[in-house]
Amino acid sequence: MNNNKYDQELDCKGLNCPLPILKTKKKVDTMETGQVLKMEATDPGSISDMNAWTRRTGNELVSHSEDSGIYTFFIKKS
Amino acid sequence: MSEPKKMALIASQGTLDWAYPPFILASTAAAMDMEVQIFFTFYGLTLLKKEINAKVAPQANPSMPMKMPFGPKGFQSIDWPMPNILMGNVPGFETMATSLMKKTFKNKGVATIEELREICLESGVKFIGCQMTMDVFGFEIDDFIDGVDVGGAATFLEFAAEADIQLFI
Repeated sequence: MNNNKYDQELDCKGLNCPLPILKTKKKVDTMETGQVLKMEATDPGSISDMNAWTRRTGNELVSHSEDSGIYTFFIKKS
Repeated sequence: MSEPKKMALIASQGTLDWAYPPFILASTAAAMDMEVQIFFTFYGLTLLKKEINAKVAPQANPSMPMKMPFGPKGFQSIDWPMPNILMGNVPGFETMATSLMKKTFKNKGVATIEELREICLESGVKFIGCQMTMDVFGFEIDDFIDGVDVGGAATFLEFAAEADIQLFI
């Protein structure tokens, strides 16, 4: 899977619940269907929350990974 | 998409710690494409005022951890053994506890109540002030931020009857 291709970027590092979700929602609303957002967060709860949010809103969580406390999400707008 | 999910909240408390849950849940539910109404009643009404002056009350709140928002990590994690009777009765302790909690929230990247409230309004969350408690406490609609409707128990219940989630906070 090519994780390096994305159209928009969002930095949610240092933010706590529920800000990463709220900011992601706001950003995704400005994007076109099929575009991919790369979002980075440091809130460990964001893994569970991003999964829940994408399932609920019908957007696609293409992948997520963790590296030294930074969680990276790729979300495709549906 | 099918009919959106609905969430009905009652916000009945006005202290800083109790102010967070309704605004966090409402803003997040709206971000999850849910339709949300919050019915503000009793002390919850103060959260609709233009200037929110929510404090945390240490008195009769013995579960509240007393921690310092500065210094090394080890120091910050100390839960100071403060007798509740002292926390509640020393003048200025409430103000101090409030500013410590606000500072900790800021350090941890938590939004302020005002920010969350603004996001709620931007994302279409409906705020309803309880007419009866407004009368009792002497609040006017002009004391509140713009975009607040006024109603009573039946107003809340009509929406709550159709809601998927109903919470009393």
